[in-house]
Amino acid sequence: MPTVSVKRDALFEALGRTYTDEEFDELCFEFGLELDEITSEKTIIRKERGDGKAEGASDTVLYKIDVPANRYDLLCLEGLVRGLQVFKERINIPRYRKIMPPKGEGQRLIITEEAAKIRPHAVAAVLRNITFTKERYESFIDLQEKLHQNICRKRALVAIGTHDLDTITGPFTYTAKAPSEIKFKPLNQSQEYTASQLMDLYRTDSHLRHYLHLIENKPLYPIIYDSNGVVLSMPPIINGDHTKIGLNTRNVFIECTGTDITKAKIVLDILVTMFSGYCEKPYSVEAAEVTNSNGKTHIYPELAYRKEKVKPEYINKKIGISETPSNLAKLLTRMCLKSHVTGNGNHIEVEVPPTRPDIIHACDIMEDAAIAYGYNNIQMTIPKMYTIANQLPLNKLTELLRTDLAAAGFTEVLTFALCSQEDIADKLGTDISATKAVKIANPKTAEFQVARTSLLPGLLKTIAANRKMPLPLKLFEISDIVLKDDSTDVGARNYRHLCALYYNKNPGFEIIHGLLDRVMQLLDVRNEENGYVIKAGEGSAFFPGRCAEVIAKGQSIGKFGVLHPDVITKFELTMPCSALEITIEPFV
Amino acid sequence: MSPSVAELLLRRLEREPEAGPGGGLCSLEAAAALGLEHQALVGAVKSLQALGEVIEAEPRVATRWQLSAEGEEAARAGSPEVRLFRALPPDGMPQAQLMELPGARVGFSRAMANKWLRLDKEAPGGPRVFPAVPAVQDAVQDSLRRVQQGDAAGLPERDRTELKRRKLLLEVTLKSYWLRKGSAFSTAVTRQDTELTPDMIATGSWRQRPFKPYNFAAQGLPPECGHLHPLLKVRTQLRQIFLEMGFSEMPTHSFVESAFWNFDALFQPQQHPARDQHDTFFLQDPAEALELPPGYMGRVKKVHSQGGYGSQGYRSEWRVADARRTLLRTHTTACSARLLQRLAQQASFTPGRWFSIERVFRNEAVDATHLAEFHQVEGVVAERGLALGHLLGVLREFFSKMGITQLRFKPAYNPYTEPSMEVFSYHPGLKRWVEVGNSGVFRPELLLPMGLPEDVSVIAWGLSLERPTMIKYGIKNIRELVGHRVNLQMVYESPLCRLNT
Repeated sequence: MPTVSVKRDALFEALGRTYTDEEFDELCFEFGLELDEITSEKTIIRKERGDGKAEGASDTVLYKIDVPANRYDLLCLEGLVRGLQVFKERINIPRYRKIMPPKGEGQRLIITEEAAKIRPHAVAAVLRNITFTKERYESFIDLQEKLHQNICRKRALVAIGTHDLDTITGPFTYTAKAPSEIKFKPLNQSQEYTASQLMDLYRTDSHLRHYLHLIENKPLYPIIYDSNGVVLSMPPIINGDHTKIGLNTRNVFIECTGTDITKAKIVLDILVTMFSGYCEKPYSVEAAEVTNSNGKTHIYPELAYRKEKVKPEYINKKIGISETPSNLAKLLTRMCLKSHVTGNGNHIEVEVPPTRPDIIHACDIMEDAAIAYGYNNIQMTIPKMYTIANQLPLNKLTELLRTDLAAAGFTEVLTFALCSQEDIADKLGTDISATKAVKIANPKTAEFQVARTSLLPGLLKTIAANRKMPLPLKLFEISDIVLKDDSTDVGARNYRHLCALYYNKNPGFEIIHGLLDRVMQLLDVRNEENGYVIKAGEGSAFFPGRCAEVIAKGQSIGKFGVLHPDVITKFELTMPCSALEITIEPFV
Repeated sequence: MSPSVAELLLRRLEREPEAGPGGGLCSLEAAAALGLEHQALVGAVKSLQALGEVIEAEPRVATRWQLSAEGEEAARAGSPEVRLFRALPPDGMPQAQLMELPGARVGFSRAMANKWLRLDKEAPGGPRVFPAVPAVQDAVQDSLRRVQQGDAAGLPERDRTELKRRKLLLEVTLKSYWLRKGSAFSTAVTRQDTELTPDMIATGSWRQRPFKPYNFAAQGLPPECGHLHPLLKVRTQLRQIFLEMGFSEMPTHSFVESAFWNFDALFQPQQHPARDQHDTFFLQDPAEALELPPGYMGRVKKVHSQGGYGSQGYRSEWRVADARRTLLRTHTTACSARLLQRLAQQASFTPGRWFSIERVFRNEAVDATHLAEFHQVEGVVAERGLALGHLLGVLREFFSKMGITQLRFKPAYNPYTEPSMEVFSYHPGLKRWVEVGNSGVFRPELLLPMGLPEDVSVIAWGLSLERPTMIKYGIKNIRELVGHRVNLQMVYESPLCRLNT
């Protein structure tokens, strides 16, 4: 969930009133936001870098507000204020307009075939006669960063470039070139670099190094030039210094390049709707023309308004309320979905603005009506249906067995299903290739390399972590192990195992054996030919000659015995130990 | 058989006059008179006290001055400083040689402090010590001898303190009893029995015997027993709650899942951050699901990339390769998706309620409140015409059974539910609202491609099992609860799980 940090006083000024922290928290809650933290720049620096560094930092109170991940229109102060003011019916929903410049005077962006192969899509627009202040400028930069981190998926899907239009001359060309052939002065640097040099320069940059992989291994790098060969940007890495915007910039050229055209259009729409309020003609955006590599031209931004017809009874029924159509239309309008009743009151016509790309289905409209109505005002009801509950037989058996294993004097533990390869192989005296272990591709640490194929390592690790406890230790666990299995759709399956362990100064084989007999007694399996049979067995984890195999229902269900001294040592233990591990699935 | 100490004491006490201000005797004197160790006599006093009112014993504390071993030596042969002074010839002695004498270290510093000695540091052959006075008096020896003769009280307080400081004199506390006859005094002592024996029951002898009183303040002996794990005790109770509410357990028997069921079937876009390497454990082996449901997969692809069923869709490319990837399920909602899709295959729809409490996996950094695996509790209700109000009602019932009654609901975002609600409850301890669960109504883009009828709504909610357990059992660090670093003592001591009492 993205967090937007706004200055409290600036927020209240824009909202036209002040709130106590509690009141604002309440408002956020109602609207689906969360006032996550109340802090200041000074507190943040102090927390992150220590007391000394915070000196001189601002004391201005900051609100950190958690915004739902699909509400890109709330990622900046401008959007938050607009959303809340409309919600509280203090302003009307602005109407965003696309202005077509006179023929031949508009900005044009041409996508070449080379660019199309690397990062195929681009959209563009112009914010004309905008007035920045320090706060507005910072918010404009912040919003781009928030969009980059969220919908743009760390610039992989879309990257934004904003430029001072008065420093460049169109038409602009979006192309791709070999890194050695690209040379320009990047943003905030004092000299020119080739693209290859830039990659080296940014390898240690705490911010930019995360984006290098997006183009690094491509033969050609994307690059945007103006008609005089001035570099606007090398997406998705860096803009040129030449076109840098500042507080005095009046005309902003915005380009968004990417691999996902839908998201590029959304990003452009959000950026221009949020900041066109500061243009001479508020909420007006100058269109730009983009020519694709196939020669087709498109006009951006789209700023599309979509009309949806929703039945009032659909909304009422899905929420569980009974509001009049006109009330429902009012509720929706408060959520920036301008609505009115049409026909004989049979329909509500909803206008979905370009700021709400999250509205993709009638259910999204219904949800907004519910939010405006207030979730906590909805009548609670209980479904009238009649159902008869069933337990899963395997879980039912597990529940019964655990209780009786505890009654037999063993203590239940709960260990991780993930472990290191070493735990299930080397430490148990076997090779990983001999297990049918499921392997994890991206473990952060060795503790999460594989899914366990046995419960035993977890129990042994539990004892190692509890060596200070009085002996004997008698532990058990009934839980799942995982093995690869080609007969399932996912290529693996779980098996429910029962594992028990006795750790003391003597091995206690007879104690574990007694427990097995007790388990079989509980399962009503008799120790005879058709019941269960114990015969000498072997296993790498067991001391030779001290391992027995358990045969029940005509199949081997597991083993028990005295653990091999090497196993005991490898799990950092010092006492003899006997263990039992069987599957309980045949008894379900 | 020789008489016991108790009998000897009683016979001695018998000769004393009746209890009264003048009567009685001191246990120390009695021990001396009877030729016993005082400690043995005290033992007899205690055992007689246990019999009731046979004797009266009033504890007394006395302090006495006594010489230490060092003090005895000084009383006999003189204090170290005097011995040193007397060993010194009139023409002095090299300091090094002097310090070799027994007790010289203490003696030298004392004698120097008393100005009895003179030290010439410049003397040829090293520092040399000379007597500074012709003769000295051994006041220390005199004082110690007075204490030996029982006249400690006659010494000035100042001298006693000084000798105590020098560890020559000890102040010892003596505990004794002043003994008198009790109201039930008798010289014939009957031994008390501690425990009832089979023999006493058989012969009825218990009727005549006095029994030793029990000490009810003593600790009981802990029973030898096994224990259930606290988290799983909570799991049992939550299963019980669901069963009471008519919810059936849904199949969850595979940790390994395909991205298709874990994400795509739930209408989670392929570019969603949850599908990042940072959040999900993807598998290297088996790397790909062997089978995805053919017709259904096509409908899922379409609703994602092009929309349909009244939806705009995500209008982004949908790759089957991404759906095929295998992973460790990140939520049990993957199991709900499989369940609902099976439900849709029925000839006619039957409503139902299901639950699961199972392990899920997140590739997150582990800390005091996060683990890479945890248990998700999930409830699902499928029925025609369910509304958001029904979800609220079911949540109210569920949480009140958990003992959580003060609830409120916050709008939220979740790719597979719309509306979505976070459930908050008021925590009286923290004095604020805390999130206790997540919930919502499954999106049509999820249900309709499965083939469920259009008027069927599915409401669902989820929470973790660990969090309520940590609150219930007051556990601060999740690693002490789950996994091998568990604190077994905590498992041994954890009480029953009673959620709404």
